[in-house]
Amino acid sequence: MPTQSTTFDYAPAPESRALVDIKASYGLFIDGEFVDGHGDAFKSINPATEETLAEISEADDADVDRAVKAARRAFRSWSRMPGSERAKYLYRIARIVQERSRELAILESIDNGKPIKESRDVDVPIVAAHFFYHAGWADKLEYAGLGANPQPLGVAAQVIPWNFPLLMLAWKIAPALACGNTVVLKPAETTPLTALLFAEICQQADLPPGVVNIITGAGGTGQALIAHPDVDKVAFTGSTEVGKAIARSIAGTDKKATLELGGKAANIVFDDAPIDQAVEGIVDGIFFNQGHVCCAGSRLLVQESIADDLLDRLKRRMSTLRIGDPLDKNTDVGAINSGEQLKRIRELSEVGDAEGAERWEVACDLPTKGFWFPPTIFTGVSQAHRIAREEIFGPVLSVLTFRTPAEAVEKANNTPYGLSAGVWTDKGSRILFMADRLRAGVVWANTFNKFDPTSPFGGYKESGYGREGGRQGLASYLKAGA
Amino acid sequence: MPPTVPTETPGLAAYADVTASNTTLRRFLHGLPGVDQVGAEARAASLGTRSIKTTAKAHAIELAITMVDLTTLEGQDTPGKVRALASKALRPDPSDPTCPSVAAVCVYGDLVGEVKQIVGDRVNVAAVATAFPSGRASLEVKLADTRDAVAAGADEIDMVIDRGAFLAGHYLQVFDEIVAVKEACRRADGSHAHLKVIFETGELQTYDNVRRASWLAMLAGTDFIKTSTGKVQPAATLPVTLVMLEAVRDFREATGVQIGVKPAGGIRTSKDAIKYLVMVNEVTGPDWLTPDWFRFGASTLLNDLLMQRTKLATGRYSGPDYFTLD
Repeated sequence: MPTQSTTFDYAPAPESRALVDIKASYGLFIDGEFVDGHGDAFKSINPATEETLAEISEADDADVDRAVKAARRAFRSWSRMPGSERAKYLYRIARIVQERSRELAILESIDNGKPIKESRDVDVPIVAAHFFYHAGWADKLEYAGLGANPQPLGVAAQVIPWNFPLLMLAWKIAPALACGNTVVLKPAETTPLTALLFAEICQQADLPPGVVNIITGAGGTGQALIAHPDVDKVAFTGSTEVGKAIARSIAGTDKKATLELGGKAANIVFDDAPIDQAVEGIVDGIFFNQGHVCCAGSRLLVQESIADDLLDRLKRRMSTLRIGDPLDKNTDVGAINSGEQLKRIRELSEVGDAEGAERWEVACDLPTKGFWFPPTIFTGVSQAHRIAREEIFGPVLSVLTFRTPAEAVEKANNTPYGLSAGVWTDKGSRILFMADRLRAGVVWANTFNKFDPTSPFGGYKESGYGREGGRQGLASYLKAGA
Repeated sequence: MPPTVPTETPGLAAYADVTASNTTLRRFLHGLPGVDQVGAEARAASLGTRSIKTTAKAHAIELAITMVDLTTLEGQDTPGKVRALASKALRPDPSDPTCPSVAAVCVYGDLVGEVKQIVGDRVNVAAVATAFPSGRASLEVKLADTRDAVAAGADEIDMVIDRGAFLAGHYLQVFDEIVAVKEACRRADGSHAHLKVIFETGELQTYDNVRRASWLAMLAGTDFIKTSTGKVQPAATLPVTLVMLEAVRDFREATGVQIGVKPAGGIRTSKDAIKYLVMVNEVTGPDWLTPDWFRFGASTLLNDLLMQRTKLATGRYSGPDYFTLD
């Protein structure tokens, strides 16, 4: 019998692209139909290979106006429809999402660069869950704690980011529709394809024309949409910088807004933490979705007494991460979404070097084409470093240490952001102690980056305002009834 | 084949104080980092989603066959039954001479001689001992049971720990028993039968207990740690094996001594076996990917591995009657 150890190399296990039919060009989805946009068309590329996937229409001001008008027309009947009828459409959409889940997952990975494992096991199942969950609310809104007869707001302008293209769409569209609003949604310019496939799903579900409109374009299109005078509600997920601009642009209007912005979450590991699970949580916290997660655990706060041991374990674990082809079922970390984002990650990492933090990255061969950045940690980081304060939005972890729970709270809260935090300890009372004091919209205990439609999500401070998901999320799309 | 003799390892000597008394041993075991059940199970499940295809699958199946401890532990075992099993261990697929032998045949101690006659030195013979499966007997009986099997020619001894003592917190008693059984594994020529310590994780119940039992047995000088007897449900599971793999990985880091792992009971399909191999590969690394350091305690698993092996080679599935039932 053999006594030499042998290497166990996983053969490539690529998901087939055959299921996905990407068209050469896409129009705008307005009033239930695909129409040409009148702006300058742009291209969506596969970030893992830089191949052009499709030409995408850009909506100009007139297209935006048409979309908002279509939504306004549809609002009259959609808002008066019994909730139980609206629910049927949402259930139907949820079921079609499940039926076409593989197709959606593959397309998401191609357009976004995220590993198929995540789009298949996380993104798409949660998308379906959001539609199912909100379908259930549609005829029960009087029990949402907003009065006897809460009313929809009207037309919602929704602008979403590129990190979870379809999932953010679901977070926006499902509650809006359940509450009787109609929507005009603009996906990010680098990741429009799953939103356009979702438009097809709306057709397949016989959703009345104009209830969901999807317009594509870049920042200008988004601005025009938000500034449109007939919009009642603005929902935005993206950077704090753009969020502030949106808040300024709608100041003094009647428009209601929810903004879900950046974050610099602290993932706090105490000396009594379940150490192997904490290591997993740190990896999930920052390397999930290449760190393109607003609530990513990008600041590791580790109790000084276990820092060396924890970092050794973390590095060993990181060395087993598989980086490469997003469509390979064994890939753990995929491609950075765009050249522009890669540039920002590189720049901030160089700042980390320059400020004296110590960089350690996984030794791995990165593909020569496409946008890639190896999983990286910076040790010896202090609160004064830019990489401890600014959102990098990539697979880069800054490691800081603390001595006492009070110091952990102080450092965790010492950030302009407040979206999420993680606490790792075997002591239940300490979890509660920390959760009481952390100024973050979500506090995860002995886990990280877990999402559920029943749980409200949103931030403090520069991470934005308003909540999405749960009963609280409905309040963002309803006005209190009489 | 057995690894370094523990008492001579400088790394292990540093732990002499730990095992000086039940108090110090308890303090040490309870001071090990906890295991979060939800997190451990999620990690195990996520490793289970690896997609092992084509050449990787062929490699894994071949490897898994060589790691099988082909087992029969029934009251109705007869000399005829175990001889048949021994023949199968040597040539799992009589129609294909390239098919490797399994690692060992695992039987009750009184049948070791029967197996030995068939397999000689070509496949190891493992015997369960120490009042298997309950472990409820006096130490003297357990040691006699062990010596008996070793004298009959067993290459490996699979002992059970006293779960009652463990759950009562009498850790030093469990420790001393393992040390004594290890001593009973000594042959006249000074060599040792290879010792595997069975925890019966289905009775220890919590992952914290599994981690503590792992460290306890490793400090006592076992060569392998093993999940289950196969007589209690649940037997081997992926998360339990994960916790044990983390323990042997950490133990080697701390002492330089490498310990093997054997999940046993409930692993019936090639798909399951491959999940375990993926876990070994990614948790402890390839150093454990040999029959010297990783085993499957199984009976029906072997035929499924053979069927999958034939399918990969020929492109089609054969019916169960094309594989021997022994």
